[in-house]
Amino acid sequence: MLKIKNLEAGYGKLRVLKRISMHIDTGEIVTIIGANGAGKTTLLYTIAGMIKATAGEISLYNQNIIRTNPESIVAAGCSLVPEGRQMFSTLSVKENLVLGGYVQRKQKVDQKEELQKIYDIFPVLKEREDQLAGTLSGGEQQMLAMGRALMAHPKLIMMDEPSTGLAPLIVKDIFAIINRLRDAGNTVLLVEQNAKAALAIADRGYVLETGKIILQGPAEDLLNNQDVQRAYLGRDVSTEGAQCELD
Amino acid sequence: MNPDLFFQYMLAGITYGFLYAIVAIGFNIIYNTTGIINFAQGEFVMLGGMFAITLNNILPLPLAIAAAVVITMLIGALLEILFIRWLDNPSVLRMIIITIGLSILIRELALHFWGETVFSLPYFTGNELSTVSILGAKVSPQVLWVIGVSIIMVTALSLFFKFTFTGQQMRACAANRLAARLCGINAKNMVTFSFMLSAGIGAVAGSVISPITYTQYDIGPGLAIKGFTVAILGGLGNSVAAVIAGLLLGLIESFSIIVIPLAFQEAVSISILLIILFVRPHGLFGRSDTASLKEF
Ligand SMILES: Nc1ncnc2c1ncn2[C@@H]1O[C@H](COP(=O)(O)OP(=O)(O)OP(=O)(O)O)[C@@H](O)[C@H]1O
Ligand SMILES: [Mg+2]
Repeated sequence: MLKIKNLEAGYGKLRVLKRISMHIDTGEIVTIIGANGAGKTTLLYTIAGMIKATAGEISLYNQNIIRTNPESIVAAGCSLVPEGRQMFSTLSVKENLVLGGYVQRKQKVDQKEELQKIYDIFPVLKEREDQLAGTLSGGEQQMLAMGRALMAHPKLIMMDEPSTGLAPLIVKDIFAIINRLRDAGNTVLLVEQNAKAALAIADRGYVLETGKIILQGPAEDLLNNQDVQRAYLGRDVSTEGAQCELD
Repeated sequence: MNPDLFFQYMLAGITYGFLYAIVAIGFNIIYNTTGIINFAQGEFVMLGGMFAITLNNILPLPLAIAAAVVITMLIGALLEILFIRWLDNPSVLRMIIITIGLSILIRELALHFWGETVFSLPYFTGNELSTVSILGAKVSPQVLWVIGVSIIMVTALSLFFKFTFTGQQMRACAANRLAARLCGINAKNMVTFSFMLSAGIGAVAGSVISPITYTQYDIGPGLAIKGFTVAILGGLGNSVAAVIAGLLLGLIESFSIIVIPLAFQEAVSISILLIILFVRPHGLFGRSDTASLKEF
């Protein structure tokens, strides 16, 4: 569905992404893990067309989208749930969702039905329908950001750190919903700090370090990989035995 | 002061107050979608009046005004497309300098086409001598036109922003441009649209006010300063506050004649502007912590 080849991008003179190659197949959950500043957000924004690539190829359904503007990429079926949620704070929850469906405006969709589908996934949004988005709690905002992106009927939905700043219980909910999205036939590209949870639900993963992909493979393999465990899962295998003895 | 004179001052204050409020709302619309102050806003008022006056030579008054509004809107869109749209992430200072440049450019062109002559549209109903009696006081019908049209315009605008999809998109761009683009909304088109809309309401105001205040190629900057004062007074970006602040400035100016000589009247709004900028830069009604939240 999505193929990236030798992608390079950055900010002005700063090169952030260095020859990134990866792919996502239909129906997969693929996760990208990496430390702060590795370039995960930059990669997602480049796919979404918000940052212009300086070299390489991105193809969505075999269409090169490297010069396509963000508006058309959303219309082509690739939506981003951005880092930090990015609400329309001064608009109501409902208005946020309706605007999310902007690219569907010519499809003669029944708006009530569309909203109901989102409310079925996130019942709390129904209760808060008329509340200003800026006054929602962090978890509710994350749900609204996801709901808003889903209103565009994306085939590929990219999520940038959906669990950041949320209580463990809510994080569980969010991951459960991501799982449901995949079961409903969506394809998901998930960027996470919470590598353990991300690898637990993903089919495959990529490890990004200072703008380069240093590891890739099935999620299970990455979970069991010593380097990944040491760097991203907060476990040091070689000293673990010793710690047990101390306990 | 006798009650009659008091009433006349008050009416004059309200009339000018609405004019200032409309200019301020023009500022707000563009500020909300772009974060810049368009200093050519006063020129839109001038152009609306001037085109209506010129076209009224060949067209009946309502048609002349409608055509003038459309032409001014097209000019607004054209200016944005030519001078602003293609800039990638311009700094606020650069944008402001561009709009000041545009204001000078428009004024020079207007001077070229219309000269220094002072023009005016005819009274919409009656003439300068006719009056309507309200509660025993005599009111010029044109004043009622100004007040009525302003109220209709402000109401229509708030309905537009609340209930139309285009209005919602503009609010979305104002609230979060990045998110708007990620929803597939073309933010650049919304900026062009906001220039059209501001030019349009400026042109309407320029037409209804013309019989009372007259129109000349250089009325723009004076109006821009008044409108800017009102926009700041109301807390940039908020239309209802702009109306209240506009009426406040209009009334203060009008009643200041009692204590300050007419020649210094212009200084009133500048002084208010400076005081506000020093004391409450987020406006009378704004709260400093919400100053970054933009709403129409
Ligand atoms: N707007 C910007 N201008 C210049 N440099 C930027 C900008 N945004 C990010 N960077 C730089 O690009 C690099 C990659 O940033 P990016 O946000 O992609 O990292 P990340 O992997 O998403 O990190 P995090 O996990 O903290 O979100 C960082 O060194 C950052 O300083
Ligand atoms: Mg990031």
